Amino acid sequence: MSIDLSGYKKDFPIFERKVRGGNSLVYLDSGATSQKPDSVIEAESNFYRTINAAVHRGAHLLAEEASESYEAARSNVAKFIGAHDNEVVFTKSATESLNVIAYALGNPQSEVHIKSGDHIVVTEMEHHANLIPWQQLAKRTGAILSWLSFTEDGRIDLSNIDEIITTKTKLVAITHQSNVFGTILPIQEISKAAKAVGALVVLDACQSAPHFSIDVKELNVDFLVFSGHKALGPTGIGILWGKYELLEKLEPAIFGGSMVDSVTMQGATWSSAPRKFEAGVPNMAQAVGLSAAIDYLTNIGMDNISSHEHELTKKLLAGLSGISGVKVIGPLDLKDRGGVVSFTVEGVHPHDVGQVLDQYGIAVRTGHHCAWPLMRKLKLVGTTRASFHIYNDAHDIDRLLSGIEKVKSYFKVSK
Amino acid sequence: MELDSLYQEVILDHYRTPHHKGLTSESDIQVHHNNPSCGDEVTLNLSMRDGKIVDISWDGVGCSISIASASVMSDLLIGKSYDQANVILQAFVELMQSKGKSTGDEVLLEDGVAFAGVSKFPARIKCALLGWMAFKDAAAQVME
Ligand SMILES: Cc1ncc(COP(=O)(O)O)c(C=O)c1O
Repeated sequence: MSIDLSGYKKDFPIFERKVRGGNSLVYLDSGATSQKPDSVIEAESNFYRTINAAVHRGAHLLAEEASESYEAARSNVAKFIGAHDNEVVFTKSATESLNVIAYALGNPQSEVHIKSGDHIVVTEMEHHANLIPWQQLAKRTGAILSWLSFTEDGRIDLSNIDEIITTKTKLVAITHQSNVFGTILPIQEISKAAKAVGALVVLDACQSAPHFSIDVKELNVDFLVFSGHKALGPTGIGILWGKYELLEKLEPAIFGGSMVDSVTMQGATWSSAPRKFEAGVPNMAQAVGLSAAIDYLTNIGMDNISSHEHELTKKLLAGLSGISGVKVIGPLDLKDRGGVVSFTVEGVHPHDVGQVLDQYGIAVRTGHHCAWPLMRKLKLVGTTRASFHIYNDAHDIDRLLSGIEKVKSYFKVSK
Repeated sequence: MELDSLYQEVILDHYRTPHHKGLTSESDIQVHHNNPSCGDEVTLNLSMRDGKIVDISWDGVGCSISIASASVMSDLLIGKSYDQANVILQAFVELMQSKGKSTGDEVLLEDGVAFAGVSKFPARIKCALLGWMAFKDAAAQVME
């Protein structure tokens, strides 16, 4: 049964504008960044209008109110992912979160750290943000990077998991949902294998947290990251969640004001987590904006959101299968699959596909989607990708499908 | 339609049957360039004698704009002196930076003027310049 979320689109002011060709906007690029509802835009600007002050310093009323709002945002995020308040660190993005974890784990002064000869395991379908920080960590420490591969239809290949995740493995960094294939990975199964050998698990929840309900305890991971801007929230705010006892064992990666317990000319000691990971005046208005986004999402219900996207994915996959020359890159079935659909159009480069679709007001992502090794393995230059959020509807899919027919006729590849 | 100003028939023709595509076995230099934002790649072989461009051949994967542009570039530059080639290159770069305000010098750029519309699509300018930048790099290395 499909869920009717059509009433929510009007909350997103961007859909009032016209785009190329005088067309209304069909926004199918939420995998890159989502659009923002009025409530988020207002929460962010109201922070500036009414309570703007640097949090955690200053003895005045504004500083008090700003700090309260900022900490309430932290609690809201914690609740959203099933965590404790003091386990949620605000960063500027998922990318920053992953780099902070990698730097902290690469510091020999951290009670838990990566050493020469340790194995770090990733997957071959990672976004560059969950690949390069680990490549660099391996380089700095002398650790060895290895990876789980994927099957032809874009599922994780666990057939050799026992050879990849071994007693040498100290860290497993994986994506929850592929930003290219749309595949949802069996995190519990992978974390079970990691835990069995005592390895830590870092989960990239960029493509999952904004779309379906997640719980860090159920997932059985040690760290989790996502970006506010893909979850209807503002840019410039990211989440780093870590188990409290682990956060306490790690050295910070960014140093400065607001993160110290005590400072002398010779050195400094750190406040406890999460504050020690938040040096400097943080992105306060953005944290408050993200909190409004979480309220917005949870008010609709994450289960409703995922059912809605599931229906759209089903409709798009069915529609694409009826167009000759179009190949879906990723699973064709709906099992463990989110609202991200990559495809190629035979004889037309993704960039050209995207350009023609843009002429009809349809915004898609084209290229390698920051997953270059994945593309190399598939011997593709890139794909065209449609990804959803709550403001999409069946009409958007119809416009995309007819747009693809126009691409084919424009480039004369109709057959 | 706006799109037709981007995808001129000349461009689509060069895309479907690109000229000088397929690398020759011999050359003075080979360069490889890519466009990290979209993954397009070009490998270019250049042969020069007495300051003159004797041959250009190239291969690569890319969108219609980048393939057609590499095709037009090699047509235009083979047989030219290094200095002439640079004048043409500069004219093409300026056309790409014209934000739709220039129609291009047809005497100098021949089929290259078909790319004038590309300058209105900021995301595509890099595509159109990929082959040209590979040539620029290769020629500079040979002239060193
Ligand atoms: C799976 C995945 N991981 C990480 C990122 C990086 O997120 P950000 O650029 O917001 O830091 C993205 C965003 O494109 C993503 O899709």
